[in-house]
Amino acid sequence: MSYIENENNEAHEAISDSGDSSDSAKRFVVVPGETIIEGEDYLPGEGTRREGSKIVSSKFGLAEIAGRVIKLIPIFGAFIARRNNVVIGRVSDITYSGWLVDIDSSTSAFLPIDESPRFVNRNEMDQYLAIGDVIAAKIWSVKTKGIDLTLKGKGLGKLEGGFIFRVIPSRVPRVIGREGSMVNLIKDKTGCNITVGQNGWIWIRGETIDAEIKARRAVELVSEKVHVGGLTDKIEAWFMEEKQ
Amino acid sequence: MTKEYKRSDGRKNNQLRPIAAKVGIIPNADGSAMFAFGKTVAIAAVYGPRQLHPQHMQNPSTGILRCNYDLLSFSVYDRKKPGPSRRSNEISKVTEWALSPALDLKEFPAQVVDVQIYILQADAGTRTAGINAASMALAHAGLPMKDLICSVAVGKNDKHLIVDLTKEEEDYEEGEGATDFAMAKLANHDELTLLQMDGKIQPNIVKDALKLASEACKEVYEAQKKALKDIVIEIPSNLVTQQSGISNGQFPKRRDIIKEIVHNGGEEK
Repeated sequence: MSYIENENNEAHEAISDSGDSSDSAKRFVVVPGETIIEGEDYLPGEGTRREGSKIVSSKFGLAEIAGRVIKLIPIFGAFIARRNNVVIGRVSDITYSGWLVDIDSSTSAFLPIDESPRFVNRNEMDQYLAIGDVIAAKIWSVKTKGIDLTLKGKGLGKLEGGFIFRVIPSRVPRVIGREGSMVNLIKDKTGCNITVGQNGWIWIRGETIDAEIKARRAVELVSEKVHVGGLTDKIEAWFMEEKQ
Repeated sequence: MTKEYKRSDGRKNNQLRPIAAKVGIIPNADGSAMFAFGKTVAIAAVYGPRQLHPQHMQNPSTGILRCNYDLLSFSVYDRKKPGPSRRSNEISKVTEWALSPALDLKEFPAQVVDVQIYILQADAGTRTAGINAASMALAHAGLPMKDLICSVAVGKNDKHLIVDLTKEEEDYEEGEGATDFAMAKLANHDELTLLQMDGKIQPNIVKDALKLASEACKEVYEAQKKALKDIVIEIPSNLVTQQSGISNGQFPKRRDIIKEIVHNGGEEK
């Protein structure tokens, strides 16, 4: 089976080319119900469970063995809203008390008028945010009835200019990188302004169209290469190659 | 006695039809898959978790699974009238019951996961192919699952136990006639989630039939596993080692990963 060899190669590569502890951890693809590893010493982390002496996966994704803890990194699936997530969404309706925002979540998202950073006249709400406007907002609460958003915070508000595209939401952590390393690298190399929403919507605005497209291609490359370790270095190499 | 039996298409009694499986065939869906037993082809698409309407169906303690199975009108020799029928309603329901023991939707209260299963071509065993496709699609949608579900039909022609019947074998009329015994199980557990039977079978050989089915399920499971793992590897992994692919301006496009939205940034034009 060639794919297993492939995985091993990637893992070895990651160990040799980067000292980063998480990148050097062993990763491989598992399906739900598949045994990741056997042994009483290991601890089941997120997305995994213990069945007797085995650690079994509960989702389709990449299993990561980091020391004693076994974790599962999902690589497909719809966005699941969590409190404090920054998301990008589009205003879909204006009600008397706020705006309805489409953020690709399972429940509807609502931005109350009081959660805008400055005073908004109730009669002229569309002066501030009209239907079709795109905003970066923070999730303030998640309930079964719906999601509440806020615009109070750094970097939040209406997004103007540039363009928006989507990646699979579960790939967003990779696009951001450790403490923003990946997205900062792309910002540095292209000079673009990038906002990454946890819902997989990504907004890019740069000086020139070419820079924007380059940034987008870099982000897409990152989101596609889910199973590769030491990706930040490889993206840096990719930018070098592109320059020539 | 069952060993010597010659089947009309030359298969051995415990041999499945050639299996084809592919994941990620429907870009718009959250998860999707195709599964085929020989000439029987099923596709499944998963949408959700999403808000459940009507509201009275919502369960505040867990999400629910909703399945819809149907034959496409051109899937059978005589055109099938489109729309729900007594038969497709029943199969939708048993598919739902077959899949839900593997799914854990406690994280998604009052929400629904919709599974659409369509049969593109029918040559018996459509519900089993549908369940196999749906199970892969649910995994592809990244939902928490206990296990994959494997499904296969066993049956009997006259006195001979056989696995994965074709339409021709299902219509067998000589001797004791034909028996069709559809079953589904959790891949790594000995738990059955679907058992249905048409025809007659002697109680003492039911055990043999189930044993045959369990063996066949292993083969189905391997096919499902391979299809799921293949889509991750299929993402070009040679890019970084062979950078020529990028430098000449080609960039791999994968439509099921990137859904494009072009927007004017809120400016009126």
